Amino acid sequence: MIRVVLPAHLRALAKVDGEVRVSCAGAAQPTQRLVLDEIEARYPVLRGTIRDQATGKRRAFMRFFGCEQDLSHESPDAPLPEAIAAGAEPYLVVAAMAGG
Amino acid sequence: MTGVRVLAGTSKGAFVLTSDGRRQDWSISGPHFGGWEIYHLKGSPADPDRIYASQSSGWSGQVIQRSDDGGQSWQAVGNKFAYDGTPGTHQWYDGTPHPWEFARVWHLEPSLDDPETVYAGVEDAALFRSTDGGNEWHELPGLRGHGSGPSWQPGAGGMCLHTLLLDPSRPGRMFAAISAAGAFRSDDAGETWLPVNRGLQSEGIPDPDAEVGHCVHRIAMHPSRPDVLFMQKHWDVMRSDDAGGSWHEISGNLPTDFGFPIDVHAHEPDTIYVVPITSDGEHYPPEGKLRVYRSRSGGDEWEPLTSGLPQRHCYVNVLRDAMAVDSLEECGVYFGTTGGQVYVSADSGDTWAPIVTDLPRVLSVEVQTLP
Repeated sequence: MIRVVLPAHLRALAKVDGEVRVSCAGAAQPTQRLVLDEIEARYPVLRGTIRDQATGKRRAFMRFFGCEQDLSHESPDAPLPEAIAAGAEPYLVVAAMAGG
Repeated sequence: MTGVRVLAGTSKGAFVLTSDGRRQDWSISGPHFGGWEIYHLKGSPADPDRIYASQSSGWSGQVIQRSDDGGQSWQAVGNKFAYDGTPGTHQWYDGTPHPWEFARVWHLEPSLDDPETVYAGVEDAALFRSTDGGNEWHELPGLRGHGSGPSWQPGAGGMCLHTLLLDPSRPGRMFAAISAAGAFRSDDAGETWLPVNRGLQSEGIPDPDAEVGHCVHRIAMHPSRPDVLFMQKHWDVMRSDDAGGSWHEISGNLPTDFGFPIDVHAHEPDTIYVVPITSDGEHYPPEGKLRVYRSRSGGDEWEPLTSGLPQRHCYVNVLRDAMAVDSLEECGVYFGTTGGQVYVSADSGDTWAPIVTDLPRVLSVEVQTLP
């Protein structure tokens, strides 16, 4: 299971507490796209709030981190770090610090 | 006794303010969707328990919320606003072509007779409609596509469709207002549109007969007389007696004719309200005195309404969607400020009192008159 940490405003929107655990069962190697597809399938209210619905691209002020790395500019189809795929480290969806 | 439900959208959440018909004691719930910008909430005229809300943020974009129990509980519905076909371009601030990009929903206008049908005015300016309670949204492309769309430019607040008026006596007729393009009318339920801006004069537009390019801040009508429209423009308060066919100025003795909201008394079609603001660069009331101005003659002759409103050191603004009227026997008038106050007058504007004083910046105020 992959552990996903959503920012507070999206946890409130999706009505979840704490980490969300998703499975990318069937995928040889989990990717950011597969994780976010799974998140949006389970919580349809999050569609469009992390990625643009038309283009599928990351929204400008949303960032992705894991294993002390900024994954925001990685290919969405690149394999996730092993520690995230194994559930040892969480995949972090972060709202950029901007504005008030 | 009948009552009222005031729906206040703010920069950090929505608030629902309720009272009985006396409108003296209020219950306040919220913030709903705390931390998010709530540009607008509005209830269905056909079912007051049905309320739609526009929830957005710079981080996570647009969400639409719907309540089926008068604002006690909410469910997120569809938030996919895709322009019809190839969006094309409008003009950017510097006059260069700029692709049409969806930013947010400024205004939600429920159908007069079907709770499942609701219109959304959006930035970049376009009109969308849902006929299934907000789950699916489809653009009415005739507005952007009527011909002048590529020449529209944004106002300082963005290029937004902020007002939609539905004519209750002529099904299919509706009016839209866009900053900074102007006013538009459809007679076929939004399929085709015409600009209706003749008579508007706007500083900075060299052509006095310009079809579009006018920064219309708000338009209003009385449902019993829908061919008469009132407009608060960037500068100038205007009136049309022929459904937008032509406009004439009714600023009269106002201390300044710059402002944002305009509204009409529920039972007196010639009684109208504006909130004069010092200038386009100084978005606060003249002399630091918060005054609503009322005309009982359909314009030109205005009286300041000050009782209960701060008359010194007041430097708030009242935004375009932040004024509303109820339809109780003695008409109630409401407005919200950028300082977080929501005021009510239960006597057509003669006297005012704050309902709340410390909300976040108020973006919109609507009121439902409850049975």
